[in-house]
This record gives sequence, structure tokens and C-alpha cells, in this order.
Amino acid sequence: MNLTLHVWRQAGPRAPGKMVVYKAGDISPDMSFLEMLDVVNEGLTLRGEVPIAFDHDCREGICGMCSLMINGIAHGPMKGTATCQLHMRSFKDGDTIYIEPWRAGAFPVIKDLAVDRSALDRIIQAGGFITAATGGAQDANAVLVPKESVDGAMDAAACIGCGACVAACPNASASLFTAAKITHLGLLPQGQPERYRRALEMVDQMDLENFGSCTLHGECQEACPKEISIDTITRMNRDFIRGRLIGTRP
Amino acid sequence: MTVQLEAHIPSGPLAQKWGKHRFEMKLVSPANKRKHTIIVVGSGLAGGAAAATMSELGYNVKCFCFQDSPRRAHSIAAQGGINAAKNYQNDGDSIYRLFYDTLKGGDFRSREANVYRLAELSGNIIDQCVAQGVPFAREYGGLLSNRSFGGAQVSRTFYARGQTGQQLLLGAYQALERQIARGGVTMYPRTEMLDLVVIDGKARGIVVRDLVTGAIESHAGEAVVLATGGYANVFHLSTNAQGSNATAIWRAYKRGAAFANPCFTQIHPTCIPVSGEYQSKLTLMSESLRNDGRVWVSKEPGDKRDPRQIPENERDYYLERKYPSFGNLAPRDIASRAAKEVCDEGRGVGESGLGVYLDFADTIKRLGRDVIKERYGNLFEMYERITDEDPYEVPMRIYPAAHYTMGGLWVDYNLMSNVDGLHVTGEANFSDHGANRLGASALMQGLADGYFIIPNTIGHYLVSNKLEKVDASHAAFKAAEAEVAERTNRFLSIKGKRTVASFHRELGKIMWHYCGMSRNDAGLRTALKKIPELREEFWRDVNVPGSDVELNQALEKAGRVADFLELGELICLDALHRTESCGGHFREESQTADGEALRDDENFAYVAAWQYAGEGRSPVLNKEPLVFENVKLSQRSYK
Repeated sequence: MNLTLHVWRQAGPRAPGKMVVYKAGDISPDMSFLEMLDVVNEGLTLRGEVPIAFDHDCREGICGMCSLMINGIAHGPMKGTATCQLHMRSFKDGDTIYIEPWRAGAFPVIKDLAVDRSALDRIIQAGGFITAATGGAQDANAVLVPKESVDGAMDAAACIGCGACVAACPNASASLFTAAKITHLGLLPQGQPERYRRALEMVDQMDLENFGSCTLHGECQEACPKEISIDTITRMNRDFIRGRLIGTRP
Repeated sequence: MTVQLEAHIPSGPLAQKWGKHRFEMKLVSPANKRKHTIIVVGSGLAGGAAAATMSELGYNVKCFCFQDSPRRAHSIAAQGGINAAKNYQNDGDSIYRLFYDTLKGGDFRSREANVYRLAELSGNIIDQCVAQGVPFAREYGGLLSNRSFGGAQVSRTFYARGQTGQQLLLGAYQALERQIARGGVTMYPRTEMLDLVVIDGKARGIVVRDLVTGAIESHAGEAVVLATGGYANVFHLSTNAQGSNATAIWRAYKRGAAFANPCFTQIHPTCIPVSGEYQSKLTLMSESLRNDGRVWVSKEPGDKRDPRQIPENERDYYLERKYPSFGNLAPRDIASRAAKEVCDEGRGVGESGLGVYLDFADTIKRLGRDVIKERYGNLFEMYERITDEDPYEVPMRIYPAAHYTMGGLWVDYNLMSNVDGLHVTGEANFSDHGANRLGASALMQGLADGYFIIPNTIGHYLVSNKLEKVDASHAAFKAAEAEVAERTNRFLSIKGKRTVASFHRELGKIMWHYCGMSRNDAGLRTALKKIPELREEFWRDVNVPGSDVELNQALEKAGRVADFLELGELICLDALHRTESCGGHFREESQTADGEALRDDENFAYVAAWQYAGEGRSPVLNKEPLVFENVKLSQRSYK
């Protein structure tokens, strides 16, 4: 396959960026999207140019490090798939592909396609946990957890923290990310003591980080590589309102 | 000059060693804990759990990772599960059985006391993780569910769909983030350790590079914990993440820490086969698939028929045939070698002939598509995305790939290396898996080390040693910083004709070919000739673009590959010296009549701990004898 790439190049956080055109020749349809970029980077290196910086690590769709806007779609055209698991067979010979970083005020660009997503870590810091210091936990089977609860929790816990939901949202809201964690922990009996406090503090932190508000566009759920449902946002809103109006005592 | 390797294994009966040791270790008073700074490098299960727990205890912790967030450490990719001797299934499991299975699975090349402690702590891990909200699979009645796994005949594996590692890591990560918010842990993401600083024989800190700005900085502390994972990327193509590297442990080795059993590397039997030269990684298909999938190839070499057209009596279910009692659940090393064998006979499948079928047709017929989807849905989807084939309809094609490294820095029972104050946890150390790791044991070890062992043993070290006040302005830090800067500049100034990736690929081919699933004297000697030549070419002709004051991924990779080019040689040297076969280390010269690994307990029942002897000199081999007081060494049999 032969492709034309328009890639966002930006030397550093404060440098101006622009789209630059590259030719990608001799691309196999069995390559992953990132392997295609590896090939382009090898070529740039040998020509004495600076290769394109992009975040990636596990390349099996679980670490959440990869983060590309491909033809305006977070993680590209294949539903339920992170960029690293997207293969070139999803494109046609001769295609033009636009590759940009996640765009959000809360995700400043570090270089080219790599952005700073530490705001998501700070949302977890605010309350995305169950307080359970090591030691002293009771036997794991002491509390029965209905299969339905744990399955629902697992659906939400599958979030890989990539930030595609933010990139896809017209408001750059982190609601799906935040709601997924609130849902995961809130569906389990272990998560009840901190349930409402958790919702209040995580939502407050999300606002402090300059993420936008949710207006239920639903773009996040479309972009999510783990197909997490916006039903989780309903749950977040309910826990938040309950916590604000009635108090954080369960 | 050899180092003294004293394992500090407590005396007394096996089952009482850890309890006794915990009592005998000295404690740090609560008021003094915050005066101690502990440096933790790596934020996966072993590092993240250790950093969070030590902060909960009151220590001042600094934690480093090269990824943009501690949540991305490669522990996240573990799929199948975590073992624990809970005996919830009433199928005869016990701490002793888990201990025995793990020791035998490792082909009797690990320490009894360490492995027993691991089995003993396994139940606490599950309790702790459930308390944190890890959504392990459950039965309708609300009790935890278990599955079986390779190398065991009981169901003791706990799992969270095919994402167990992710859920365990998120549990540790959330505990860690809670401590970061509390101020007990300072987190340094996008920061890579490039050297260890040893002052007066004690590890006192590290030199790091800020991967965003390129700044080289030092961090001093009273103890250093390396939890930096394994080195399977020395094979280039492996199931590890792109960034997984050996630099931290290799730098520590060059500062005096002994490197134990480097040749004990694990080739995982169920990975998606290689499809082309451009390939950057191999994707694992969880071993749990072998619970319900049947492995086979055609009886005829060169059979190019559609697998669905090959009648039952023309198929060879070779694992079931050769290992009737374990069948498709034979341990990883054995299943990998069996796959290589049938491919060497020309019976491999797929375009390259390097693959075997993993077939779910029988199970789908027996249990229905929905049950299989519930158990393995995400793995089947992943397979289809990568290969464009639907495993519900066509058998999967799998082939072994480098996956895990049992070898690592030598540690004693307290998880401390031979360099005082330098502790090593998780995959980065060598201690618990011997010559082969059983499935679902890596998560167990990472968390046992991180939650329960190191937080106890580190206090004992801090109280037992007089530690002078040292900060990052000490001359030893300045000297190490200068060395790191000099090395960085050297990479950038070569401006040769070959990319870093091309060297990595070439090294990987040498390692896979001569030091992969089976090894022999001539091949290892060839590798020992080729690797130094490649290394020499690297330092003469590598091209590292960009500068050192920015995010420069090529520069990061250059440092890692340069270290792999040295480590690869040590692996081959170790493999050459160990003329026996054991676990994942198969020497063709040492096999039984039917082609199984043949150990030589008389001459090789020891840990080979290699010590750096200086540039251009052969490393020194130290031996720690393995003493077995409780189990009888036997020829491993899974027939």
C-alpha cells in the first residue's frame, strides 16, 4: 500500500505546530498502525530528519498509552479498538490519512503527537480508590458479591485511561473516564463507604483540571476502545447529586 | 574475586521460617519512618504495591516510571490470572501443594524457602485485592470463581476476565495514587533510571533522565528498590511492551550487583505467530485458552488443507498424546518445545509453517458459543483484529514467543542484592521461579514481594545499618551524572548509517536462533562471536537523531538496546556454562531418550550469579548451592 500522511508536528509544548505531509510507501495491510509509523520513522531517521514522537507501549490494547486522532476519530475508524490494535487493512491503497494528537485544554502537547494526560491521574488521586491499606483484609469470600454486580463493575473497570473519551468530546469532558471509575467501585459492596464522597471529589477535581462539562453528545462511548457505556455517567450524576443534596454518608 | 552470596534463609521448619523471620527482624519506630527516603524504580505490581504499602507504613517514598503514568506498567498486560492456595474449590489444594507445584514447575532450580513463602502469602494477596475492589470473576451465588492453569491439576487461579493483570495493577495504582495525594509518595513519571549510585558499599540513590526535558538528575535515599521487570525484549520480538527494558538492572549489575541465572528465559507457547519483518511485538493469547482449546497439527508434513477439512483421524493432538495426564495443560516450557518439534518436522501450519492450531470446535460443541464468549470473548476479538480470522469458526494459529525472564538480579531471602541497600522485586529478581515459571505465578510473585515482603524486610535493613546522611550533591552522584551525560552525548554524536531498531532486530534474531527454545554448544559459541561484533558496529554506526534536551524516543531506545547488546552476551555465556537442561533452558546435549529436559543435579543444583569484572573482562561466576531439605528432586514428568 502507498499512503499520504498529514501529521501534526510540534517541537515542544510552547512551539507552534503544523501539519506536515509524508509519503508512506510499501505498507503491508497486516501491519498495525503504529508499525506503519515505525516504518515512516525509520525512513525519516535515515534521511537525517527528526522522527515523529508518539506515545505507545504494550501494543496490545491494554496499557492505554497510545493516543492518536486518525482522520478526526480518536483511535481511528475501527470501533472498540485502540490505535495499537488498528491494522492497515482498515485503509485502502492511496488513502490520505490525517494524524493528530488528542486535543483538549487539559492535555497539553509535549511533542508532536504525545500529550500530557497527568490530569487523569489527579482525578484518581481525588477519590478513585477504596481505602484499604495493605494488611488486615478479611477472607476474600467473606462478603458475597452478586455476579451481576461484579460483571457490571468489570465492564466499567475495563477503562484503560487513554483519554480517547476526552479527545472525542466536543466539550473535552472527562466524564466517561471519571464515571467509569465511580461505577466500578460504586457497584461493589467494598466501595459503599466512600461512594458519595468519591463522586463529589472526583467530579470536583475534573472541573479543577479544566475538562469541559458533559452535555450527553455520546461521542465518548463511540470512541472508547473498551466500549464503556455512557450509562456510567448517569450513575456518576446520581451519586454526585445524592452526595451534594443529602450528604456523603451512605 | 568472588562475592559472598549469603541467602540469609531463616532456620527452622519450612512452614515456620517466614513467621519466625518476621518476628526476628528489627522494626523502625513509627516516628522514624518518615525520616527515611526509599527510592522505588518501576510502578508495576512489584513496584506500585511496594511504594503504596511503604508509604502507608510512613516511609517517605519516591517512585519512578518511564511511562506517562504508573498505571501503564507492563503488569497490566497479564491476562490469565493469579494463583492462590485458597482451596475454595475443595479439590485438594494447599499451601504445600502450591509450593511443590511451583518448585517442580521451576525444575528444582529455585530456593525452597522463597517459594514456600510465596505460596504462604498467596491467600493474603487475594484478600487484599478484593478489599481494594478488584472485580475477580464470581459465581452466581457470589463466591469467587477459579480456573485451572498450565502445570497444575487443581483450580486455584483467580481471574478478572482476560484482564487480570490490568485489574490487579489498577488496584495497586489506586492505592499508590491515594498515597501520592496524601504526600507519602512523590511520583516521577516519564523518568528513566540510568545509573545506580553506591557510596561506601551501600546503594544510596539513582541518576535519572527526565524524558520530557532531557534533564539529568540525582535522587538520594536510604535504600533503593528496583522493580523494573524482565528483559525478554533482548529477543526483540517478545510479548513485552515496547519500552520494557533491562537498563536499571544492567546498570546495577555494572555497579556490583550479581546477575543470577540470566539464561533462564521463558518462551510462552500460545502467541500469535509472526507475520512479517516489520513486526514490532508478538501478542500473547492467554494460556487459560489451553483449558478449553485443543492443540494439534496434521499428521502429515506439508499438509496445506483448510484445517476444517482435515478429518479427526488425520490430526495429531500431540500434547494429549505425549502427556496424557496433563494434556493441553502441560507447563509452558514443555508445550513450547513440543510446538517447535512438530514445526521442525515440517508439520507446522500457516504461511510460514511456524504455527500450530489451538482449536475450540469441540468445546463450542460441548458448551456452546456463549460460554466460550463469556470466558474468552476479549481474547477472541483481539485475535481476530490482529489476524483477520474468526477463531469461533477457524482454529487459532499459535506459536511460542519470548515472554518472561526467570533470571534477574540475585537477591537474598530479604530481597536484597549483594549490594547493601539495593533491593530487587518482581520479575527483576531471580528468586522464585527457578528455570521455568508456571502460569498465573508472576502476578502472585509481584504482589507478594510488593505488598507483603519488601515493606517488612526494608525496615530491618534500615535499622540494622548505620547510614550516613547523603544527598545528591555528593561527589559520587556528580560522577555518575557526568558518566550518564557522556554516554548520552556519545549516542548522539556517532551519526552513523543504521537505526537503533535495525540493531535491535539483528540482536533479537541472534538470540532467538542460538539461545531461544533450544540451545547447543556450537550455536552458543557462534552467538558469543556475533554479539560483540554487532555491539562494536552499534557503537560505530548507529544513528540517533534529535537532541538530548527534548522528548527523544530514539535516544531512549538507543540506551536500552546498548544494554541489551551487553546482556545478550551474558545470557549466552550462562547458557553455555550450564550444560544440563532444566525448565526453559534446553541444552540439546542433555535430554532423555524421549527428548525431555534432562537435569544434572550433581553438577548444576546451584544458582549461577555472575559478577561484573570490568570492561573487556569475563564476568566472574559465583555459585549459590541449592539445598533441598523438604522435597525430593525428581525428573519432572507431566505424562
